[in-house]
Amino acid sequence: MKKAIITVVGKDVVGIIAKTAAYLAKSNVNILDISQTVVQDYFNMMMIVDLSKTKKPFDAIVADLSAIGRDLGLEVRCQRSEIFERMHRV
Amino acid sequence: MISGNFRKAMINISEVIETNKMILEENLDVRTITMGISLLDCADSSLEKTCGNIYTKLMRLAKDLVRTGDDIGREFGIPVVNKRISITPAAIVGSACCKKPADFVKIAKTLDRAAKKLGVNFIGGYSAIVSKGMTPADELLIRSIPRAMACTERLCSSVNVGSTKTGIDMDAVRLMGDIIKETARLTKDNDSLGCAKLVVLCNAPDDNPFMAGAFHGVSEGDCVVNVGVSGPGVVNHVLKSIRGASFEVLCETIKRTAFKITRVGQLVAQEAAKRLGVPFGIIDLSLAPTPAVGDSVADILREIGLEHPGAPGTTAALALLNDQVKKGGVMASSYVGGLSGAFIPVSEDQGMIDAVDAGALTIEKLEAMTCVCSVGLDMIAIPGDTPASSIAGIIADEAAIGMVNQKTTAVRVIPVAGKKVGDTVEFGGLLGHAPVMRVSPFSCEAMVGRGGRIPAPIHSFKN
Repeated sequence: MKKAIITVVGKDVVGIIAKTAAYLAKSNVNILDISQTVVQDYFNMMMIVDLSKTKKPFDAIVADLSAIGRDLGLEVRCQRSEIFERMHRV
Repeated sequence: MISGNFRKAMINISEVIETNKMILEENLDVRTITMGISLLDCADSSLEKTCGNIYTKLMRLAKDLVRTGDDIGREFGIPVVNKRISITPAAIVGSACCKKPADFVKIAKTLDRAAKKLGVNFIGGYSAIVSKGMTPADELLIRSIPRAMACTERLCSSVNVGSTKTGIDMDAVRLMGDIIKETARLTKDNDSLGCAKLVVLCNAPDDNPFMAGAFHGVSEGDCVVNVGVSGPGVVNHVLKSIRGASFEVLCETIKRTAFKITRVGQLVAQEAAKRLGVPFGIIDLSLAPTPAVGDSVADILREIGLEHPGAPGTTAALALLNDQVKKGGVMASSYVGGLSGAFIPVSEDQGMIDAVDAGALTIEKLEAMTCVCSVGLDMIAIPGDTPASSIAGIIADEAAIGMVNQKTTAVRVIPVAGKKVGDTVEFGGLLGHAPVMRVSPFSCEAMVGRGGRIPAPIHSFKN
């Protein structure tokens, strides 16, 4: 499995999850888990996704998601999951 | 269907937010991926051939370095700020073909040309290791440094003048006083910037990824990847949440934070080594500040409880900080090396600059601080009319601290041509800006002029 973490941060707007999920489905990226929280008035969403079936290069997914975020006035990032696993799991 | 084990290992949202906050708000980054390259097999009795061999080898091994660093940065979402190269000390590589200082300058130009072509921001190793004595080639290289620094952009130079095992080569120390002055003179149009890329060391490590002291020592393999991590902003931020807590809590918090920072460095280092097809060397566990606001070691010292670095208690605060960074980082990485500790450069740390401006921090206090932390008197602007003998005296003091305490120490001072105490010097970029600091006006001319070397210290009767 090639896992990545997608994060969405910004003011809450309608359609954040729908738009992101639609893009991921179209790109054959499987969503493993979704969670969300509000920190200091900012909406934070995290998706754990599996990239092993997608044909798109990682860079393209990063750029596409970032563009979707820009349209909604949000910051959308996609990072390989190892950076979080290494930092928080011994 | 997701299995129970997988669930348990899954990262949660607060951990993700914590990591990204470190990166986006607290300046967590991977400071440098430095590829160490041996140039021993490039040596030839013909200068032209040597330069050709050097250029070809650098191009072959480092062609993907910058792209790989950028790719990794994008995929993990963390800035990999610098991509750099360190090489075998040039005095060794050029010893068979260089008959005069100008010959070494040709090697310097070749290295600079390669660095520009490869897109790395610095190449280090225009160096001589003369801890016990200088070969004719060592001395030629040292004498070529001012010209080499004046006609290159990305080249860094270092000279190791002493070690715990050998003592201090005072002839080299005296010579370096003159060389630093001459480098300042030849680069005076750029606020003597050449001196910012020249460092004099004692007990220099073979695997340091940080400039200006990086070189690829002769104890190393053919090619290796070393990584320097950083994150003073992250440490500073987390300390804000435990204001007033006991030393136990303080130290545990720094240690935990250093662990997290270093784990990221280890991940990036392993990934870089794998993609470049080169062995992973070491992680350098350093808190390296930048002029960016919040990316400051001085701010950590203030958060520990000092009004300014330089106040009484500074040496103790720095000692505990340095030790906890190492304790936390060591467990996070399979191999640790380089300089590993807190850096206290003046011009590259806004908090240090503020402390000097406030009159809290002097060269003498900085010298005491270097006894308990990484490296030494770093990026300090001093008056342009400081005598070469006084600079040599400063080098001798730092080398003595390193020699006796079995640690790396260094001097990177910039006697800025035409500037005096109270003036400010602008180096730009990562090198920052610096107030010109006062140097003791009392002479050490007769002492540094003696010639010869200081014997190695005894390692018993520790007092």
